[in-house]
Amino acid sequence: MNCMHELALMQGILDVVTKNAHSYGLRRITKIKLVIGKLRAVVPDSLEFCFTTLKEDIPLIAQGELEVEIKEIEGSCRRCSHQFLVEGYRFRCPQCECTDVDIVSGSELYVDYIEGD
Amino acid sequence: MQIKLVSSILGVNDTLAAANRELFREKGVFVLNLMSSPGSGKTTILERTIEHLQHQLNIGVIEGDICTARDAERIAQKGVPVVQINTSGACHLDANMIASCLEDLNLDELDLLVVENVGNLVCPAEFDIGEDMKVMVLSVTEGNDKPCKYPLMFRESRALLVNKIDLLPYTNFDMDALEQDVRGINSAIQIFPVSALKDEGVEAWCQWLTQLVRRKREK
Ligand SMILES: [Zn+2]
Repeated sequence: MNCMHELALMQGILDVVTKNAHSYGLRRITKIKLVIGKLRAVVPDSLEFCFTTLKEDIPLIAQGELEVEIKEIEGSCRRCSHQFLVEGYRFRCPQCECTDVDIVSGSELYVDYIEGD
Repeated sequence: MQIKLVSSILGVNDTLAAANRELFREKGVFVLNLMSSPGSGKTTILERTIEHLQHQLNIGVIEGDICTARDAERIAQKGVPVVQINTSGACHLDANMIASCLEDLNLDELDLLVVENVGNLVCPAEFDIGEDMKVMVLSVTEGNDKPCKYPLMFRESRALLVNKIDLLPYTNFDMDALEQDVRGINSAIQIFPVSALKDEGVEAWCQWLTQLVRRKREK
């Protein structure tokens, strides 16, 4: 199928970066830092690949590097407020066994910062 | 120079989705975002659902498709209004695509709007379109490992339709294991085993859906 999740995401990322670079008057981006939660099912290698491919056509970003921080999934129990690491996508409180769990982190998808001059 | 952004990549979409959601609330239309991988039988489920419900509810459909209008034609034969969105290659529908085709539907006359998303288990979960709920279709021929591969979609869906249960004897699909995995990710999810082809289990799903649609109408 002609879909590549990471490609669509990377296009969105580069749009955000380009807009912000213009409004801050940057002429060259040297680094882009992303934060992505594990729930997003993003493959970092594919993301890197898409970045390398797309940036070639954008002089502003062509020299830039990409850093991706993957956030673990953290849950918070609605019954006992215990906060814990969600492993194997099992949303169950290890303290009280409750399955009513809010996501504290793990669904992030944002540009943390850009560097340039 | 470092510039702190913390700007969401999905920010623009989320703003548009909120506007859609407000419009749907005003009009009292319940919006269902139906998602699956390709070949899971989503369109057949939609056909059965329309047959079961069209005497009690006014239903409209938005069909998202990468390049053909085949599914939209099938739905149109059921006698409900259907709008086709050709995503020209994009692997998901977004809030803007939905907004731009709403003028082709008379929302005042609808109780239920079903958006059949592009067949894909990753991207559609990322893009809010302003729906009331996401529902997933998984067919038994796809195997058991989907929940761990696509956790976000299972986490965000209110219901899961497990389709093609008439084929269970011919697969090594383990329904108990699937239920366990899915409930591990989302303990509140409703699971409906169905065979759209044989019209099995569809009634229970339709009753549940009708309740939700009515509840929104009454607000
Ligand atoms: Zn607890």
